[in-house]
Amino acid sequence: MSGKIDKAAPPHAGSTAYINARIVDPTGDAEYLGAVLISDGKIADFGPNLFASGAPYGIRSVDCRGYYLAPGLVDTRVHTGEPGEEHKETLESAGTAAAVGGITSMVLLPDTEPPFDDASLIEFVARRARQVKLANMYAYGALTVGLEGKELAEIGLLAEAGAVAFTDADHAVASAQVMRRALYYAKTFDALIVHMPQEPALSGGTMTSGAMATRLGLSGCPPLAEVMMVERDIRLAEMTGGRMHFTKISTAESVAVIAAAKARGLRITCDTAAPYFALNDLAVGDYRTFCKLVPPLRAEKDRVAVVEGLKDGTIDAIVSDHRPQDQDSKRVPFAQAEPGGIGLETLLPISLELVHGGHITLPRLFQRLSSTPASLFGLPAGKLAKGAPADLVLFDADYAWKIDRTDLWSKTKNSPFDERPVQGRVLATIVGGRTIYRDDSFAMAATAA
Amino acid sequence: MNLFFENSTRTRTSFEVAAKRLGADVINMDVATSSVRKGETLLDTAMTLNAMRPDAIVVRHHESGAVNLLSQKVNCAVINAGDGQHEHPTQALLDALTIRRRRGNLEGLLVAICGDIMHSRVARSNIHLLQIMGARVRVVGPPTLMPTDVDRLGVEVHYSMKTGLKDVDIVMMLRLQTERMQGSFVPSISEYFHFFGLDRVKLEYAKPDALIMHPGPMNRGVEIDSEVADDLDRSVIHEQVEMGVTVRMACLDALIGGQRNQFGAVA
Repeated sequence: MSGKIDKAAPPHAGSTAYINARIVDPTGDAEYLGAVLISDGKIADFGPNLFASGAPYGIRSVDCRGYYLAPGLVDTRVHTGEPGEEHKETLESAGTAAAVGGITSMVLLPDTEPPFDDASLIEFVARRARQVKLANMYAYGALTVGLEGKELAEIGLLAEAGAVAFTDADHAVASAQVMRRALYYAKTFDALIVHMPQEPALSGGTMTSGAMATRLGLSGCPPLAEVMMVERDIRLAEMTGGRMHFTKISTAESVAVIAAAKARGLRITCDTAAPYFALNDLAVGDYRTFCKLVPPLRAEKDRVAVVEGLKDGTIDAIVSDHRPQDQDSKRVPFAQAEPGGIGLETLLPISLELVHGGHITLPRLFQRLSSTPASLFGLPAGKLAKGAPADLVLFDADYAWKIDRTDLWSKTKNSPFDERPVQGRVLATIVGGRTIYRDDSFAMAATAA
Repeated sequence: MNLFFENSTRTRTSFEVAAKRLGADVINMDVATSSVRKGETLLDTAMTLNAMRPDAIVVRHHESGAVNLLSQKVNCAVINAGDGQHEHPTQALLDALTIRRRRGNLEGLLVAICGDIMHSRVARSNIHLLQIMGARVRVVGPPTLMPTDVDRLGVEVHYSMKTGLKDVDIVMMLRLQTERMQGSFVPSISEYFHFFGLDRVKLEYAKPDALIMHPGPMNRGVEIDSEVADDLDRSVIHEQVEMGVTVRMACLDALIGGQRNQFGAVA
């Protein structure tokens, strides 16, 4: 993919009309040919009949040539290396990869060095985001001090500083007592707690338990480790009335248990990451460390259940779970390799497989990728509405290409989707009306008539 | 070049004898004192050794897949002398050769592999090879030492020696790998021996002429009783060691043997 990042794009002023676009409206659950009018960085108007006979004289107009225009993606699970491991990814390189991937808002995980368990680090992220001038960047606060699962972090102060939700990233909170108190205490601020459910005592293995792990001689992490923790947390959420969001749901049993909890009316939500509906444990193949993830890639039946969960809405959102790892962390024997894969740039094309496969409609997909995560995390993003920030992605849903990790913009290249043929690419990414990324194939002829 | 990241006396010596009998120069890399201890990565070690132009590197490593990874970075022959809990191919070859010498053929034989299947690369390699050669394979051991879904490798799974050894032609015992055990897999050595150690009584379940095998080193009194281990009529444990050298000579010759003239001599 070649295109141009434009950090220097000035703040949007005046009016720009994006005409002749196939508009994807997730909250309206609709898709139609129409136009969007942006004024001073905000959506001023949109609809099927807007500018049906051409943009009026005097405003800039961009002919979208029938490509899709949708709210930009909201990725609520992004690891970077800043601060602490800037050689893996900086906020600037992550922002660039996000722009190329059509992601206009992202929430950064707190497992940096030092972790975000102090309000000053939340302010640091906000300041760096203003300097980087790419996607909107928000930060999680740590749920417990040092992500150790022992003492509660300063949830209130972190929230005041701007933390949008609380999590211990890829560390599961082992103690039911700590989680119970966290859920209770967070109610004071109606804060969202995001938990990756994995029973630590059972999840020590390096890939999912099963015939593949047995054949490769790798230690197994059973799917049971996930659903056990989901069930525990559902009980705790029910008792405390706290807001619990499970992240990276990867097993059939978890999907079923969460569906049942939702049916009982509990305040439970969840997401999954792109690898868990696009890959299974066979992808590990000959010890491919790029496919070593947390939780591990599961069996095919689990993958299918995750797809079903996305279809029927049991799974509310999709995240990239972008986690850069350099060569030194990955070019080692499988058991020694660091887990994680990058995903910002591949999130949209991988997710579009659900549309091309006939599993979900485009507006529904953008609910999972954009409007629902935005509303869960309380972000001013993810929807087409008058007065909403003009965070948009223009994309070609059909363009066929093959993911080549060496072409990705991320600082590290550990994509589990390397060499995968996909369809769909981003043509332009617009944040607050500013076009921060433009694909070379799409000359954005802003015709000042 | 012998490159052992994990301690091994038997396999390393066996490869060394095999290579020397073929006339090769053998260099043993003692990893304990090498630069690996100074933080050198596996691939750096591999590329350094590769630059010295060996004809073959024999590698043992404590991580599954490590030999595979190393082989991608060198352009000489690489022989896997055991990687983690994955495979130990020359052990399976020598076991198959030993059985064939005694029984003439592997086709149709019933083989029971007993003990710590989960941590055993020997078991995995034997499961693959014996089945390819037409034998039927059972695995016998406590459920805590069985890898998940092992039945999908085509074997029968038994949790008792009585049913597991019934009518078998070969009893292949595995070492209880205490060094790989993190956590409680079995309550105690004596309980393990009581239920899964091979002794005269349990051997009675097998065919009267069943052979006893063990890849070594044996833990006498843990997985095997000395009385059966040393039974010259039944135990082929020493023959296995002998065949080890033969098989490793064959492997080295197949991979790096020179051109032969019509009399079979190396040119």
